[in-house]
Amino acid sequence: MNNCFRGLRAFFSESESPLDADQIRSLAGSVQEAGPSSAEMLTMHEDNIRGSERNLDNRFESSKKRMTAVYRILSVLAAAAIILVLLYTTAGLPSFGDAENPTQNEVQQRYLEKGLEEGGATNLVANMILDYRAFDTLGESNVLFMAVCTVILLLRVSREDTDRRLREENDDRHFEPKDDLILQMGARVLVPVILLFGIYVILNGHLGPGGGFSGGAIMGAGLILYLSAFGFARTERFFTFRTFKTVSFTALAFYALSKAYSFFTGANHLPSVITTGTPGAILSAGLILPLNIAVGLVVCCTMYAFYTLFRKGDM
Amino acid sequence: MNLFLLLLLLILIFNAISVVLTKNLLATCLIFMAQSTVMVLVWILLESPDLAITEAAVGAGVSSLLMFITLKKIHVIDEETRKGGESRNE
Repeated sequence: MNNCFRGLRAFFSESESPLDADQIRSLAGSVQEAGPSSAEMLTMHEDNIRGSERNLDNRFESSKKRMTAVYRILSVLAAAAIILVLLYTTAGLPSFGDAENPTQNEVQQRYLEKGLEEGGATNLVANMILDYRAFDTLGESNVLFMAVCTVILLLRVSREDTDRRLREENDDRHFEPKDDLILQMGARVLVPVILLFGIYVILNGHLGPGGGFSGGAIMGAGLILYLSAFGFARTERFFTFRTFKTVSFTALAFYALSKAYSFFTGANHLPSVITTGTPGAILSAGLILPLNIAVGLVVCCTMYAFYTLFRKGDM
Repeated sequence: MNLFLLLLLLILIFNAISVVLTKNLLATCLIFMAQSTVMVLVWILLESPDLAITEAAVGAGVSSLLMFITLKKIHVIDEETRKGGESRNE
């Protein structure tokens, strides 16, 4: 019974280290009371292990060299086989823009012919992704939002961390870069231009190329430049974590509420109360313009959040 | 026009191979950024300006920037000694 308790205590002990040699010998000694054969078996087993370890080391070195050479040849052969299969498949594709392609069917006809009068946007791509297939774009915006939530969970440094050294290493704020004159002079000129151009691309998403995603990425890049040039303290004057949460959530909630009926009606649209207006004007195309703004805000906050969480650990 | 497109595609293949074979990590990220920039030109030649704007903003902008920050976080780019991205394998 005593041996049982000693073994159990070693197993559940406070120290994380496994049983070392002394404890093994003491346990072996206590097992001797049960029968001498089992104790001898324990000590013989120990000697066998030490002797065979040296033998294993030598054989391990030589077989490691052989396995490395075999692995290199096999990996080159596998990569060449995959490349050949992919090239053969790509050569069998129909040519670009052929009239007998399987993708030229009635869906494409409908989008091209009726797109302008049903959606109202001159940019047919924006018409398709924000009017006909707005439900898919809702899924994409959700994926962006979930990605930034995951990054916040993993990388955000909480201020209640008691381990001060770990917190300083993760939180880059203690190592603020020195004020770089060239960067600051350049940023003073460039950041307003970049932000203005980003807003222009978002607002004209239904009239020309661009739209929510690219405009949001451009605005995010402008904010990143501001943060890099002027430091964390000045940026926190207008963009805190609370701002990020409010803007991101409001934009995504607006998009979700306006297109969530697709869960219940399937592929059918509800008749829209917002008229499509005259194509070519900026206040046209029904719901496409507000949806562009919503997507642009989500993407801008996401890009800025990625940069500042990677860099500083907090926003 | 076809010759220009062919030249750009050859540059893409060359970039892709050299990203794998470069030893300097900082140079690898720069080649990745250049690959996105060449891809912008390819999208314009294939008549899709939406994709070109998005690729320019995301690929040649934010995505490569995140890679540079990662390099800084794992102390490959050292500011004091100016080593500039030696690969950890050597």
